[in-house]
Formats: sequence, structure tokens, C-alpha cells
Amino acid sequence: MRQLSTELITAEVARLCIEANYSLGEDVLQALRKATKQEESPLGREILQQLLENAEIARREKIPICQDTGFADIFLEIGQELRIVGGDLTEAITEGVRRGYNEGYLRESIVSDPLCRVNTGDNTPAVIHTEIVPGDRLKVSVLPKGAGSENMSGLAMLRPADGVEGIKRFILDWVEKAGGNPCPPLIVGVGLGGTAEKTLYLAKKSLLRSLGSPHPDSKISQLEGELLEEINATGIGPLGLGGRITALAVHIESYACHIASLPVAVNLQCHAARHKEAVL
Amino acid sequence: MSELKKITTPLSGRDVSGLQSGDRILLSGVLYTARDAAHRRLVQCLQKGEPLPFELPGQVIYYTGPSPARPGRAIGSAGPTTSYRMDPYTPPLLARGLKGTIGNGARSPQVKEALKEYRAVYFAATGGAGALLSQRIVESEIIAYEDLGPEAIRKLLVRDFPVVVANDIYGNDLYEQGREKYRKRIG
Repeated sequence: MRQLSTELITAEVARLCIEANYSLGEDVLQALRKATKQEESPLGREILQQLLENAEIARREKIPICQDTGFADIFLEIGQELRIVGGDLTEAITEGVRRGYNEGYLRESIVSDPLCRVNTGDNTPAVIHTEIVPGDRLKVSVLPKGAGSENMSGLAMLRPADGVEGIKRFILDWVEKAGGNPCPPLIVGVGLGGTAEKTLYLAKKSLLRSLGSPHPDSKISQLEGELLEEINATGIGPLGLGGRITALAVHIESYACHIASLPVAVNLQCHAARHKEAVL
Repeated sequence: MSELKKITTPLSGRDVSGLQSGDRILLSGVLYTARDAAHRRLVQCLQKGEPLPFELPGQVIYYTGPSPARPGRAIGSAGPTTSYRMDPYTPPLLARGLKGTIGNGARSPQVKEALKEYRAVYFAATGGAGALLSQRIVESEIIAYEDLGPEAIRKLLVRDFPVVVANDIYGNDLYEQGREKYRKRIG
């Protein structure tokens, strides 16, 4: 059985935390460049230019793209034929986050308890999601999620009778209500189906997709396209100050559904769409 | 789009009456940082009649919690955080002479009313442009609540810090006006 040491996992998590916070993916940069050409609002265009310049400064100067370096949201795909050796996996990841946030001059944004609200001082703990998959590899995805956009998350347990129209109405109303708060232009992550917690998970996980990559199921990708058009007709625009580019993409992930349910979840991702992956 | 105007803090009554929503401004001078936890403490101070860590009249509060500075730098990444969370705390600060706030996203009806009543403005800075904005911050010093870490109150010296007037003293709101202007009806 293939073995993987927790020490290596720690080092990789630290590296991914730093890299994600300093350097925006080429897919996001491309979408922002395209948006500057499409945006009709002069102020909107100026904001989009600032975001591109900001990304360039962050990469060059090794400074976070955004001061909110986020909750470290970590997704693991663990091959069932892999054996993790050398210690506790959760602790290895926690140590990776601690090291990455410390060495990378990233902000410590986590309080230990929602009521007492004392900063933990090292941005731990992380939020860790695991999936068991075939094979003998470990895929680690690090998605530092800022609170400005995470606070604008939503869930609706619709009736099956509400159908596609109900789904669209909920998502559009949600984006309208969020306005400039989640730092548009957005990637609108959507979960469809499953149970309440499953659909919220899917909405978040959809943000790991390469920006704008269409869903393989054509009826879903069509819905993504329609929603993007309608979201960009709201007029919210870059940072909510008016314009055509409110979202860069809509990503939907779906799952089987109970006969009585139609869950839909929205997880908004700000334009600082940071995530980095490694396969170990 | 309007021409850039240069303004220096603290803001006078005349400065704010000359500002209209949509104006692009380059701010220079002192800004004070405060966000969620610091606001809670500031308003508790007011309620108890205790002195604040800085004088409010004419000042501008910037809603930000910067990332740590690398050695040799004034500050780390320092863009605006979302403002609505500070809405409950803002009117009492405006009532005591605060003239400006800087953040991201629209304000509550109560804050908008208070901006008119106390003749103060709300500026939008570009959310998520913390690396870019940090280059306009030349000095940073923690002056209160150091235990709050990134939420401590900092006195910043800024030069040509780019903002847009979102809400002026006349009741205009760029978030509403901008959205209306670019809203499109789909068939």
C-alpha cells in the first residue's frame, strides 16, 4: 500500500495557503480582462482595472490579494488505497495552516468561539472536508474564503412544484439582496439537490471548478448560462456601484434529490477567487 | 466619470458639502481603522461616558483589518471590509462629529438618514484591492485595543488614497443610482 507522510501534507498545505493568497489563477485574471472590455460603466471599468493591477502587485510583492485571507476551507480527496503515516491527519493540516498563515504574513481571522470571540492567533482551526475516492493519491484543495462573500450564503428548501423557475427566482433574489456586499464581480456557486447540508457543500465545492468551465450536463450548463445573463442584467456591477458585470460565472453542482425536496444553496465567491490544489 | 479631486483629512463642513455621490477622491492625511470588535468597544465607551482613543470631530474611519506587515513595510494588505456590519454603531459616532467612513457595500436606511442629519459622507474603496490600497498607506501605528489583533485601532497616514463618494450629505446613494442606471429588463 502506498504511504504518504503527514509531514509532507503539512508542508504542502502551508505552501498552498500562501500561494492561494498571493496569486490569482490565470482563469480569474482572464475573466477579469474580458470583463474590462465588456463593462459599460466607466467607474466599473476603472474598478476592474484596479483589480487587475492589485493582482499584479500581490504576486510581485508577495502580499495578500485581499487583507481578508479567509477561513482556510480545505477539501481532501483521499484515495482508498493510500495509507497516511507519521501522525494525525487533522493535526497535520492544522499545522500546515498555522505555518502558512504565519510564514506568509497572512491575517489571523479566526475566533475560537462564536460567543466569546477571542482570536486564536494562528488562523486555525481549518474547515476540513473529506471524500474517499478510488486510487492511492491524496488531492488537497485549499480555498481561503473571506467572510465578506461567505456571509452572503443562503439555503432554500423549495417545493418540487417550484421547479426551475423557483430555483432561478431564489438565486436572483439572493444576488440582488447581497448587492455590493460580497465584492462583485462574483462567481455564483450553486448547489442543487441532496439534503440541506449536502447542497450547501456542493455550492461551496463548485467554486473549485476552473472559472466558467461549463457543467458536463447540458441542462445544467444551460441553466448556468441563463442565470449568468440574468444576474448581469441586475445592474449591480463591480462592487455594487452599477454596471453590467455582476458575475463572472455561475457554477452549479447537483445531486440526487428526495421526492419531497428541492434544496438549493448559494455560495457567493468574491472576485478574489483564490484556490490552489496539489495531488500528492 | 468625474475628475479626481484631492482632499485632506480631517474633513471640514465645507469639504463635505462640496462632495457629491459619484465623485472620485484622492484622500490624504490621517485615517483611523476600526471594524466590528473595535466599534463595539467605541460605542460602549460612549455609553459609559468614557473618553475615546481618538477625537471624532472631522475624522474619517476606515473599515479595515489589515494583514500583518512584512519587515520594512508600513502595513500589509489593507482593503475595505463590508460596511453593513458597522451600521448599528455608526449613527452615534456621526452624532459626535465623525465626518466620514470608508468601506465596501451599501449602508442601512438609518445610516443614510444619519449622514444627512449630521452632514457626513460615506466613501467606497475598492473591496478586494488590499495590495493596491496598501501602497497608498505611508504610516501605520496601533493606538488602541492591541489585544484585538487585526481589529485593533490603527492611525494611518495615507497619500492619494482612492475612494468614491457613495453617499453624500444630500441623500444621494451611488449604490441605488448605479444599479438603476445599468439594470436591464430581460424579455
